[in-house]
Amino acid sequence: MSEPISALNHASYDGIARIEECGLQGMITLRGDLSGKVVIKAVKDATGQKMPGQREAHVDGETGVCWMSPDELLVLVPYAEVEAKLAAMKDALGGVHALAVNVSDARAVFRVSGASAREVLAKVAPVDLSRDAFQPGQIRRSRLAQVAGAFWMDGEDDFRVVCFRSAADYVFKLLKVAAQPGSEVGVY
Amino acid sequence: MLILNCPYCGVDAEETELTAGGEAHIKRHGPGSSDDEFHDYLFMRENPKGVHFERWRHSNGCGKWFHAARCTATLEVFGTYSAQTTEPPKEIREAISAKRPGWKWREFE
Repeated sequence: MSEPISALNHASYDGIARIEECGLQGMITLRGDLSGKVVIKAVKDATGQKMPGQREAHVDGETGVCWMSPDELLVLVPYAEVEAKLAAMKDALGGVHALAVNVSDARAVFRVSGASAREVLAKVAPVDLSRDAFQPGQIRRSRLAQVAGAFWMDGEDDFRVVCFRSAADYVFKLLKVAAQPGSEVGVY
Repeated sequence: MLILNCPYCGVDAEETELTAGGEAHIKRHGPGSSDDEFHDYLFMRENPKGVHFERWRHSNGCGKWFHAARCTATLEVFGTYSAQTTEPPKEIREAISAKRPGWKWREFE
């Protein structure tokens, strides 16, 4: 079988923040009753994380779980394990009304890091990214200029951004422009 | 800029994250209804100056539909509430009455 390659194959850019395409990331969209015991256990088994509350993201490296809406989760697993994890999850969810789908190849993931990372993202998303309002452990689904996207923080000044693979090139160029040297605004 | 609080994800979403979905609480008239009822269901909409109820979708966000009560004249937002209802909840009606005594919209007041 051919070797899978991520949308931009680790393209990167250094400006007032570092923009980096993260490469392949296993992702499973899970929809169902998030308060159900079976769903909670399936998430725990796949990621080792507990069920996130509203707009919470429990992510550790390539593994984690993010709250997407009251009935939707984004489950992150290493790319190589996604098929096995998905099979185990589907097996566990057999008896309940739920849906788990592998969306790894439909997405692109970026890392935005550096002292001005908050500023770079604030330029492209209509979100309050001040330290009081947005912290590691939270996820925000929003738009990145003209396309849908979501992001969370892995640490202070370290964002991970998810968008559709078809929009990867647009998002990379967009973040590049937002991170041009000399374009600091200085609000955060 | 209109800012609505999404009752599903709790975000204060601004207009560009949302999609307007037209009037709220429209009663469907389908097969078996009279031509007049179906005509009104399809075409007749409120066009108030003042209190209005609308459907909105948090399209660049959690993707959920919700309802909003607001004033078309001042753009003041009285509140947002779940879409799983056929009428505005009591607290929304009270919030409107506090600011617009005697308001009336379709069969609600």
